[in-house]
Amino acid sequence: MSAVNTTDLATLRRDERDREEVVDYVTMTIADQMFGIPVLQVQDVLGPQRITRIPLAPPEVAGSLNLRGRIVTAIDVRLRLGLEPKPREGNDMSIVVDHEGELYSLMVDSVGEVLSVSSRAFERNPATLDARWRDISVGIYRLDRTLLVVLDVARLLDFSTQIAA
Amino acid sequence: MDDLLSEFLTETAENLSVLDLELVKLEQNPNDPGLLSNIFRLVHTIKGTCGFLGLPRLEAVAHASENVLGKFRDGVLEVTPEAVTLVLASLDTIKAIMAALEETEQEPAGDDSALIAQLNAMAAGEMPAGAADPAPTVAAPAPVAAVEAEPEPAAATEDEVDFTPIPAPGASFDTAAEPPAPADPPPPPPPPAAPRLDDHPETKESAVANQSIRVNVELLENLMTMVSELVLTRNQVMQILRHQKDSEFAAPLQRLNHVTSELQEGVMKTRMQPIGNAWAKLPRLIRDLSRDLGKKIELEMIGADTELDRQVLELIKDPLTHMIRNSADHGIETPAERAAAGKPETGRVRLNAYHEGGHIIIEIADDGRGLSLEKIKKKVVAQGLATEADLATMTEQQIQQFVFRAGFSTSQQVSNVSGRGVGMDVVRTNIEKIGGTVEMKSKEGRGCAFIIKIPLTLAIVSALIVECANERFAIPQISVVELVRAGGQSEHAVERIHGTPVLRLRDRLLPLVSLRELLKLGDDEGEETSQFVVVTQVGTYTFGIIVDRVFDTEEIVVKPVAPILRNIDMFSGNTILGDGTVIMILDPNGIAAATGEMSIADSADLSAKKASLARHEDSVALLLFRAGGGAPKAVPLALVARLEDIEEQNIEISNGQYVVQYRGKLMPLVPFDPAFMLGGEEDGTRRRPVLVFADSQQSMGLIVDEIVDIVEQEMKVEHTGVGNGLLGNAIIAGKATDVIDAGFYLTQAYPDWFQAHGEVGADSAAAERDRILLVDDSAFFRNMLTPILSVAGYSVTPVDGAEAALALCDAGERFDVVISDIEMPGMNGFELAAALRGDDCPWHDTPLIALSSHTTPSDLDRGRRAGFTDYVAKFDRDALQATLAETLSDLRGAA
Repeated sequence: MSAVNTTDLATLRRDERDREEVVDYVTMTIADQMFGIPVLQVQDVLGPQRITRIPLAPPEVAGSLNLRGRIVTAIDVRLRLGLEPKPREGNDMSIVVDHEGELYSLMVDSVGEVLSVSSRAFERNPATLDARWRDISVGIYRLDRTLLVVLDVARLLDFSTQIAA
Repeated sequence: MDDLLSEFLTETAENLSVLDLELVKLEQNPNDPGLLSNIFRLVHTIKGTCGFLGLPRLEAVAHASENVLGKFRDGVLEVTPEAVTLVLASLDTIKAIMAALEETEQEPAGDDSALIAQLNAMAAGEMPAGAADPAPTVAAPAPVAAVEAEPEPAAATEDEVDFTPIPAPGASFDTAAEPPAPADPPPPPPPPAAPRLDDHPETKESAVANQSIRVNVELLENLMTMVSELVLTRNQVMQILRHQKDSEFAAPLQRLNHVTSELQEGVMKTRMQPIGNAWAKLPRLIRDLSRDLGKKIELEMIGADTELDRQVLELIKDPLTHMIRNSADHGIETPAERAAAGKPETGRVRLNAYHEGGHIIIEIADDGRGLSLEKIKKKVVAQGLATEADLATMTEQQIQQFVFRAGFSTSQQVSNVSGRGVGMDVVRTNIEKIGGTVEMKSKEGRGCAFIIKIPLTLAIVSALIVECANERFAIPQISVVELVRAGGQSEHAVERIHGTPVLRLRDRLLPLVSLRELLKLGDDEGEETSQFVVVTQVGTYTFGIIVDRVFDTEEIVVKPVAPILRNIDMFSGNTILGDGTVIMILDPNGIAAATGEMSIADSADLSAKKASLARHEDSVALLLFRAGGGAPKAVPLALVARLEDIEEQNIEISNGQYVVQYRGKLMPLVPFDPAFMLGGEEDGTRRRPVLVFADSQQSMGLIVDEIVDIVEQEMKVEHTGVGNGLLGNAIIAGKATDVIDAGFYLTQAYPDWFQAHGEVGADSAAAERDRILLVDDSAFFRNMLTPILSVAGYSVTPVDGAEAALALCDAGERFDVVISDIEMPGMNGFELAAALRGDDCPWHDTPLIALSSHTTPSDLDRGRRAGFTDYVAKFDRDALQATLAETLSDLRGAA
C-alpha cells in the first residue's frame, strides 16, 4: 500500500515543483461529490453485479463478486465515507482497483469520464474536512465548476484506521 | 540410476554449458570480476558435488581448474587465451568423464595427471603461457569412444515426452533441494544455448540432462492456477449443458471435460513430490538427538515415496520435525528406564505415510512412555482449563486432547530440544490451516501415535454446498461425517435445552450450531418445515450445523479471502461455483472454536451455547431398561459391553443355567426377572434384549424385557443397601428408577467371576465422604467398583496402575484409604505398598488394603509384610465392606 501511496505523493510533490504535470483520473460521483482515482490504478468499470453477501464482514463490505474468474471484494464507498447507504436501483456502478494483488470493487453512484488535471490545480485537504474524509483523501483538485477529491485507495481499503461509526 | 547421481548429471551438464559460454566471454573480456566469480563458483560447485558423490577423478580435475580460476580471480594470474584454453580443456575432460558416468554409473578409469600437472603449473605461474598444449589430454580414454560407438542408449526413453521422467522430478523443481553443494546455489538458468560453439563434437549432450528440465516453481504455480480456472469454467459450461437437451455441443464438451480432467491431473503431478523430501533431515535429527539425550532411538520410515503436493509438503515439514523431536525427547525413555520397564533398550520412532481415499495419512508413532494422563490432568487443573470434576467425567481421549491447547507441555522441564510450551497447538494449527486433521492415540507406558490426515492438494477440494437464509455456503467434505434430516416428517427433531439446539442421534445428544444464528443471517421467517443437520467432526469433537437445505457436493478451488476479511474465523476461503456465483467456504475449526468459546464471550447469544454434554459435571451415562415389572431399571453404561437381541430358540439350558452360543463360546445368561420362562411364543422367534457384561476373559448376559434409553446425568443414588441385586434407587429421566448392582448378576452367572479380578461392596454407614484411591489395572473393575463405592458414600478416585497412584501421591493428593489390586502390569501391588511405606512418602500412614484372588495364608502374610494394612479376597464384598469400615474407624480412633 505504502508503495502506491508514496509514489503518488512523490508524483504530486514533484508535480508541485515542476508546476506543470498532467495526471489522468477516472472520476466518479458519490452523493453529488466528484471523486477521482488515478487511471493507472483502475482495472475495470462494472455495471450492476450479482454480489454474494459475506456474513460477519464489516458493514462497508458489500460482498464478493466474480469478475472473469477472479473473486473481487465489493466495498460500498458510501458507507466507508460515513454516508447513508443508497437504495439499490439496479444501476449501480463500480470501479475495480488492484490493491496488493487483490481486486476490490468500489461501489459508487455513477462513474464519469477520465479527466486530465493539471498539478497546478492541486490543493492539500482543507484542515476542516471531516476526519473520515480527510483520512482517505490525498488532496483536492480545483476544477472549473467543481472540486475533485482524490481517493487514496490504500487508505480506503485499510479498515484498521477506520473511525468507529 | 541413483536419483542423486542423475540430478548431479543434469545439473552439472547445465553448469558446464554455462561455463563454456562464460569462459569464451571471459577470454574476450578478461577483467570482468562478475564473470570471473561466477565461473569460479560454478567450477567450485562441480568440485564440491563430485567430492560429495565420491567421484575422485572428476573432483581432481575440477579442483585443479578451480585453482587456476582462483588465481584469475585474485588477479595473480592473467587471463590469457592459453590459460582459458587449458581450463576449457579440463572442462572437456569433465564432460567426457560425465558421459561415461552416465552410461555406466561408474567413473571411468583413466589418468588425468598430465592435465592436472599443466593446470597446477599454470596456477603456480610456472608455465610459460604459450606452452600450453592440452590436446593430448583431451583425448580422454575409452569412454568417449564408447559414447560414439553406441549412439545414446540412454536416450531411448526420450520418446516418452513425459514432463517428469525418472530422476526425482520433484527435487529438480525445488531449488531448495539442491544437492548439498558447499558453494552458493547455481546461477539462474543459462541464456539460450544457441551460440554455443560446438567445437568438440565428441562430447554428446547428456541424455539424462535432456530428460528433465528445471522449471521455475512460480511458473508451475501459475499453470496450476490457470488449470484451476479452466476446471471452473469447464464446470460452468457443463452446468449450462445440463439444462440443454440434445445440444450439438454435447460431444465436444464431453471431450473438453476429459481433456481438462487429464490436464488437471497432469499439472497436479508436476507439483507432486515424494514425502521423503520432507523426511530427508530426520535421520540426522534423530541421530543428533539420541546422542544429546543419551537415548537409543531407531527411526523407521515407511512410504517415503508417497507423493503429495509440494505446497502441502512445505507446510507439514515443520510440524513433522516438531513431532519427531517430541517423540524422541519426551516419548522415548532412556535405555535404563526402558530396561526397567521391560522394553528393548532401543526406542523406535516410526513414520508411515500412505494414501487413503484422496487423503494422505501420516502416522508418527513411538514406543516410548506415552502421555501420562495424570500429568495432563494436573496441568489442566493447574492452568485452570478444567476442574477436576470436569476431568473425572472426560474420556481418556478427551483429556489427551488438552495437549493441543496453546502453551501446554507435559514435559517436566524445558529441555534443549523441546518442551518450551510452543508445541502441539502450533502443530495442530499448521495442519488445520491446510485443511488437515491430527489425532492422537496414547497408551501410557506403551507409546504414543499421531495420525495426521491431510488433503492431497490444497488447490481443489470436495465440498458440500448448503443453503441457509437463501445464502449458499460450502463445507469441506473432509470434516463432514453425515447428513441428518430433522423436522418435517423425519424421525429426528431438533430439541432445545434453554435455547441451545441439540439432536438425538443414535443414543447420543449431538450439540448443534445454527448457521443462521452463528452468521447472524437474520431471523427465521416462520418455523422451517424441515432442516438439515450437517454432522461435522473437528478432531474428536463432533457437532451438527443446522442448515436449511443441502445441495450437491462440488469440486471447488479454494481461494483465500480478501485480507480485510481474514479476521472472520468462520471462513477458510471462498470460491466460484459452477454457476459463476461466489460462495464462502465455512471453516469447521473456526465454527467449533467460536461456538465453544462464545458462551463465555457472549452469554446473551443463546445460539452460541454449545451443548457439550459429554462434559457435564459428574454425569454418568446410564442405560435404562425394563425388566421384571416395577420401576425402570438403570445400570451404568460403562459396565455394559454390548447390547444384543437374542432369539429365544437360541437360548439353551445347560447345567441348570441358561446359556447361549455367543462368539464361539457359551455365554451364561441370567434373567433379570426370576420368573423368567422360555417359550413365550411357539416358534421361539421371540427376541430377548440382553445386556452383555464382559471383561477380557468372561462374559455374561442379563436378560431384560426392554431397553428404554440411554441418559447421561448425575446419579444420586438414594435408599442404598436394598440388596438382592439392587444398589438403590435414583431419579433418572424424571422417574424413580432402580439402579441395579451388576456385580450381583455377575456372580450369579459365574460364582467365581471375581476370583480372577476383584469386587467390593461397601458399608453405607460412613457418613462423611471418605476418600478412597482405587488402584486396579482393569477398567472393568474400576468402572464396577467406582459406582458401588460411591453409593456406599465414599469418594472414589480410580487409577489404572501403581505408577498413576504414585503420581497422585507426588502431586500432593491425600486419601483416607488406598485399595490396590496385587497383580498389575508394571509395578505390582507389593511394590506399590513398599513404595508407599517408604519413610519419606506422604502416604506413609495411609491405610492400604490389598485386593487379591490369592488368599492363602502365605499370601496374606506376604501382603502384611509388604505393608498392607489388610488383605481382602477380591470376591468377598462383605469382607471388604467390613474392612473398610474397620480401617476407617481405627483411623479416626487413632486420630
